[in-house]
Amino acid sequence: MKKHTLIALAATLALSGLSASAQTLLNASYDVAREFYKDYNAAFAAHYKKTTGKDVKIDQAHGGSSAQARAVNDGLDADVVTMNTTTDVDFLASTGVVAKDWTKRFPHSASPTTSTMLFLTRNGNPKGIKDWDDLVKPGIKVIVVNPKTGGNGRMAYLAAWGYVKKKGGSDAEAADFVSKLYKNVPVLAKGGRDATTIFLQRNIGDVLVTFESEVVSVDREFGVGKVDAIHPSISIVAENPVAVVERTVAKKGTGTLAKEYLDYLYSEEAQEIAAKHALRPRSPTVLKKYSKTFKPLQLFTVNEVFGSLADAQKVHFNDGGQFDKIYTVK
Amino acid sequence: MSALSIAAPAPRRAPAKVLPGFNLTLGFTLFYLCLIVLIPLSALVFKTFTLTWDQFWAAVTGPRVMASYRLTFGASLIAALVNVVFGLLVAWVLVRYDFFGKKVVDALVDLPFALPTAVAGISLTALLAGNGWIGQYLEPLGIDLAFNPNGVVIALIFIGLPFVVRTVQPVLEDTEKELEEAATCLGATRWQTFSRVIFPSIAPALLTGFAMAFARAIGEYGSVIFIAGNMPMVSEITPLIIIGKLEQYDYAGATAVALVMLVFSFVLLLVINALQTWQRRRSGVSS
Repeated sequence: MKKHTLIALAATLALSGLSASAQTLLNASYDVAREFYKDYNAAFAAHYKKTTGKDVKIDQAHGGSSAQARAVNDGLDADVVTMNTTTDVDFLASTGVVAKDWTKRFPHSASPTTSTMLFLTRNGNPKGIKDWDDLVKPGIKVIVVNPKTGGNGRMAYLAAWGYVKKKGGSDAEAADFVSKLYKNVPVLAKGGRDATTIFLQRNIGDVLVTFESEVVSVDREFGVGKVDAIHPSISIVAENPVAVVERTVAKKGTGTLAKEYLDYLYSEEAQEIAAKHALRPRSPTVLKKYSKTFKPLQLFTVNEVFGSLADAQKVHFNDGGQFDKIYTVK
Repeated sequence: MSALSIAAPAPRRAPAKVLPGFNLTLGFTLFYLCLIVLIPLSALVFKTFTLTWDQFWAAVTGPRVMASYRLTFGASLIAALVNVVFGLLVAWVLVRYDFFGKKVVDALVDLPFALPTAVAGISLTALLAGNGWIGQYLEPLGIDLAFNPNGVVIALIFIGLPFVVRTVQPVLEDTEKELEEAATCLGATRWQTFSRVIFPSIAPALLTGFAMAFARAIGEYGSVIFIAGNMPMVSEITPLIIIGKLEQYDYAGATAVALVMLVFSFVLLLVINALQTWQRRRSGVSS
């Protein structure tokens, strides 16, 4: 609640302090997208000035992805939402804040970028962790995010489940596998950054399972000699969905601008900015150019294995679901 | 002076009150409480009422939720009890002794009030984790203070301390030292002086401090979340369960759990208030 008010307050302050001449847009986004959108907004503003001759000012509101979705639902006047979990936009669609067919409004199911789940191990990979199978071995300590409190954690769980299914395993085998995996988890982090802190600063765990973007940035920040990035044989496609907030643009008359803003995310320039921030670009040429960052691995989508993320949420993460059973059924 | 007061006998009227009449003040009190406390809380109740009874019951009695009540209320109780003992000691030292740097120590007590709770949580975790300043010496001894319920208790002790000290301190300042001296002269042992003379006069304040520290601990989120480890059934506090439910857009389920906490806390505070009244009356009669 406190967070909402703060975000709303920040947004109002930002909006009220603007000059009347430039058009403005508010982008409600998730926490770790801060740096990417800072660069992207500058690129878009330049592009917009060049093509239309008009100035545009983009404001950002960042927070946990679903906290942001709740804030927008409760009245935060964002023009666009750029999230890291499709369920967050689905929720806004269910309450009528974004269009019901939002996935069809932009290419690639309205996800200009994706990510995947990778591993980070201690320097030199002393426990020899190569693939998902190694995470369930006795004595391995795995750091992941609590799927109940973070999209990062949901993706890690689904990636592990999907790994078993992709190798021809049954649902029962997958359930057994993730159950063993979470038995190896000494601390469940609240969110993605929290998990990184626990692994790096607190020095807990042998392996951290997190988004590729986080793995790459940690690898860059802490440099060689402290951690190793490990690519498992199979992992999941985590989409970063975007949508126009119909409620706001109807009120502010910013519909066209909002659409252009999101469209430009698919341009080669924007895809390249995304790649620099370790978000997997959709553009094959950019992906190829950055193949050193985005090592090829076998990827599967949520829809392939689970029908949809909404279905996965219902079966696995809602109260009494598969994830709860790991801890409550002995 | 005295001649003057005799010369002008006080009129036999009720003395003029500083504040306006009872009706107005009561009206304002009710209005203000409604605005600040009751309206937000009623929103909570209304949201919860969108659930059927069965849904409500399922939401508030799930195994993970039940485990979180045990942890939240248990850890808060332990933390508040520890704070009563050590908070009293701190207050005692601050009131009864003069020493160099007392003002600084006095100000230090309030720090947990002012510090953002997340900062407290992160610092405590950094200290107590297996590789932390303190944790590294405790780990070989098999003592783990972070990422388990112990950590929750420690965080709650930290944030609750000022409540006890600041409620007991003024009362201790008001109790007369002479009473203790008189007790000693009359042959009381040190324990008797404490239990028969000092304790009764500060007990109500201690109880208030306990209630406040306890209530604060039940609602605490920011500091606990970093040190708890958040393992289902083991170290998940109830506020985390509420956040978890919000993450799955289960607004009604989240408010249902919040409502249960609210009712629990209200009943507890009510009992403590009643205890206080009873205690005051009893000590009032005996003296």
